[in-house]
Amino acid sequence: MMADSSSTTTTIKGPSWSFNWVGRIGLGIILFWALVALVGPWFSPYPPGEIVDWDFFGPMTGDYWMGTDYLGRDIFSRILMGARYTVGIALAAVTLACTLGVILGMVAAVAGGWFDMILSRLLDAFNGIPSLLFGLVVVAAVGSSIPVLVLTLTAIYMPGAYRFARALAVNVNTMDFVTVARARGESTPYLILREIFPNILGPVLADLGLRFVFIVLVLSGLSFLGLGVQPPNADWGALVRENIEGLSLGAPAVIFPSIAIASLTISVNMFIDNLPTKIRDRSE
Amino acid sequence: MTEPLVSVRDLRIGATTDAGRKVEIIKGVNFDIAPGEIVALIGESGSGKTTIALSLMGHTRTGCRIDDGSIRLDQSDITTMSERDRMQVRGTEVSYVPQSAAAAFNPSKRIMDQVIEIAAIHDLMPRAEAEKKAVELFRALALPDADTLGQRYPHQVSGGQLQRLSAAMALIGDPKLVIFDEPTTALDVTTQIEVLRAFKSVMKKGGIAGVYVSHDLAVVAQIADRIIVLKGGEIQEVGTAEQILNAPQHAYTKQLLAAFEPVPHQPVAPTAQPARPKPILEVYDLSAGYGHMRNGVPAAKILKSVNFKIERGRNLGVIGESGSGKSTLARAVAGILPAYQGAVMVDGMEQKRDLKSRSKEELRRMQIVFQLADTALNPTHSIGTLLARPLTFYEGLRGKARDARVAELLDMVHLPAALRHRLPGELSGGQKQRVNLARALAANPELILCDEITSALDTVVAAAILELLKELQRELGLSYMFISHDLSTVEAICDDVLVMYKGEVVEALPAARMSTEATHPYSRLLISSVPRLDTGWLSGLEQDPELLAQFANR
Repeated sequence: MMADSSSTTTTIKGPSWSFNWVGRIGLGIILFWALVALVGPWFSPYPPGEIVDWDFFGPMTGDYWMGTDYLGRDIFSRILMGARYTVGIALAAVTLACTLGVILGMVAAVAGGWFDMILSRLLDAFNGIPSLLFGLVVVAAVGSSIPVLVLTLTAIYMPGAYRFARALAVNVNTMDFVTVARARGESTPYLILREIFPNILGPVLADLGLRFVFIVLVLSGLSFLGLGVQPPNADWGALVRENIEGLSLGAPAVIFPSIAIASLTISVNMFIDNLPTKIRDRSE
Repeated sequence: MTEPLVSVRDLRIGATTDAGRKVEIIKGVNFDIAPGEIVALIGESGSGKTTIALSLMGHTRTGCRIDDGSIRLDQSDITTMSERDRMQVRGTEVSYVPQSAAAAFNPSKRIMDQVIEIAAIHDLMPRAEAEKKAVELFRALALPDADTLGQRYPHQVSGGQLQRLSAAMALIGDPKLVIFDEPTTALDVTTQIEVLRAFKSVMKKGGIAGVYVSHDLAVVAQIADRIIVLKGGEIQEVGTAEQILNAPQHAYTKQLLAAFEPVPHQPVAPTAQPARPKPILEVYDLSAGYGHMRNGVPAAKILKSVNFKIERGRNLGVIGESGSGKSTLARAVAGILPAYQGAVMVDGMEQKRDLKSRSKEELRRMQIVFQLADTALNPTHSIGTLLARPLTFYEGLRGKARDARVAELLDMVHLPAALRHRLPGELSGGQKQRVNLARALAANPELILCDEITSALDTVVAAAILELLKELQRELGLSYMFISHDLSTVEAICDDVLVMYKGEVVEALPAARMSTEATHPYSRLLISSVPRLDTGWLSGLEQDPELLAQFANR
């Protein structure tokens, strides 16, 4: 009477830790930028704030590899310096925002009741505040520094991550396997970490990639308003904005920061979309 | 002999998997359908019965394609036609009745608009005429309020009515062939009878040929002239309904029939435990419901004062239609849905109503197994992890001792130990349900609440699971509370049966003499509605129409 186990002989290729070359390229570029953020400033040929060329929007030359900006500062040096801000602040903020949001979202989904209601309404209300306005108030109150920027960006993007994770977790929470665990007498932390979290990990990571791109954009917006990274330093977004007029002059000053932003955001998404099946497709 | 309406020759349908591997789903199938004849395609899930049925419309599910062979329907050659020509044939020559009528109707459009859609698409007749014809079909299908029914929306009619309406939709274009894809599988037995009768009479009257896809031999016996038994994309046996049921030739057909015959349950002899005469489970005046609580009473009351008792080593079956509160009863007993009134006693000790206030030991003694094994196993955990968790949780087992116990549990449910490295998604339905059982056994329980655990499985697989349950009971002295809508399953494993209707227990019966001793009109109706493996059963069945009107929810 073992008719139902006859299919055991066919071996199915399960998920593995290996991942494809697209993901590897993505990871490679992320690691490259992380390295630049760490050691780049020591290799920069000029101080990022110093006006080194009498000409503005200069072309690419042997002295200035990526041209000069609207004041005649070396773009190459400024990009190396900006990597520290963009990669560092954005990565830290997105990690914090998603971690907090996902944990709170899962707790709200499992706990339900008044906890869920109060937290959801609070964060919804918070979502209603325009992000740049919120940044303006915070920076006006406590001044701009890197920790303040990271926390501000976290605060801006956490409610979205919370909403997303909660919506996913609510669905998983009603599945029978969670009921079985609950009937076994498992505690809430176990339900959240072992039963629910692995089943929402894939979409949450995809959301993280998207949120990272948004944070890079908002960071440059804050810098443009003078709230973000303080001059003479600048993040990549700010580099694009301050040199935007150079576009009509065909200056490389605006092209290279754009390429830097594009390469980072695309590679983050390439990496996340091609994570090892062991992580990404656990629910398949 | 007249020319057959449909002839299928050497049909081969294949698909390409995500990994790029080619699989053959249908491996060279030949059959004919005479005009006005109803042919049933029967087999377990994955046998290709729906794939063949859909191919008669020239349709394949995404990823599949017709590789070889020919399908001729009347004058048209389905396989060589262009997609545009096939669209002309669909609805007028051949039409389709899906399994889930609820999903097949657009909830935002009135029923009439949807039923006459085929006539409108193919420009068959003016609207007024089509509506008149639809009303005639409603009458022929024994639908109530035929004149005004079309003005309602799909959610305003019952499931059985919707299934008949989808037949009306299929018949409006006067097709020569109608494909029924498991149309009664999702219905209750009492509703199923009415739907089957309606299908049968309307098909006979119109002289329409049909293909009836089902896994249920007893249902097929009522409606089909001929039966084709399929397995693994190949025809195993073809014969008239009489011949397949009474004189099956092929071993697989015999196996199917054997799985259908209820094996009467032999009560386990009371083992040497006379010192503990207390019943394993007693339930007094149990009431539970859903929704907002007001004055300690929920808005929607589902269970109403349920009382019963399960003696140690005996099995209790709970039967009733969907919505009768069977699953709610199991949930209330397990504490997943806290009851608002009444008491649950396990081995003479009263249990707290709420899951959270029960002790670990109390939770361990009573385990629950759910219907859908796919959703009851966390897809991200390996089988080994799934089985190890209750061992660690209840007994604190770790390391080698735990691994040994996992292997032992897998052996108990007749699964190879190597399976513990697999994920649930890599197992078949029957294997998953065995893992589910093994996980319940890991807690070393005394009582297992089985909530429709065989309902989603194929007949042969379900029979194997029942056999396993009996074996485990003999070895471990378990008791089961077995919830099912399938009476033959209950008969096969239970000593006593509770009949539930609208949240109340209407009757308690000994399982073996269920059909003879039932006195309550609802139990009689329910028991008499279960299809028998007999081609004349439906036409010979006489049910009191008043009784039907009173209890059947349609």
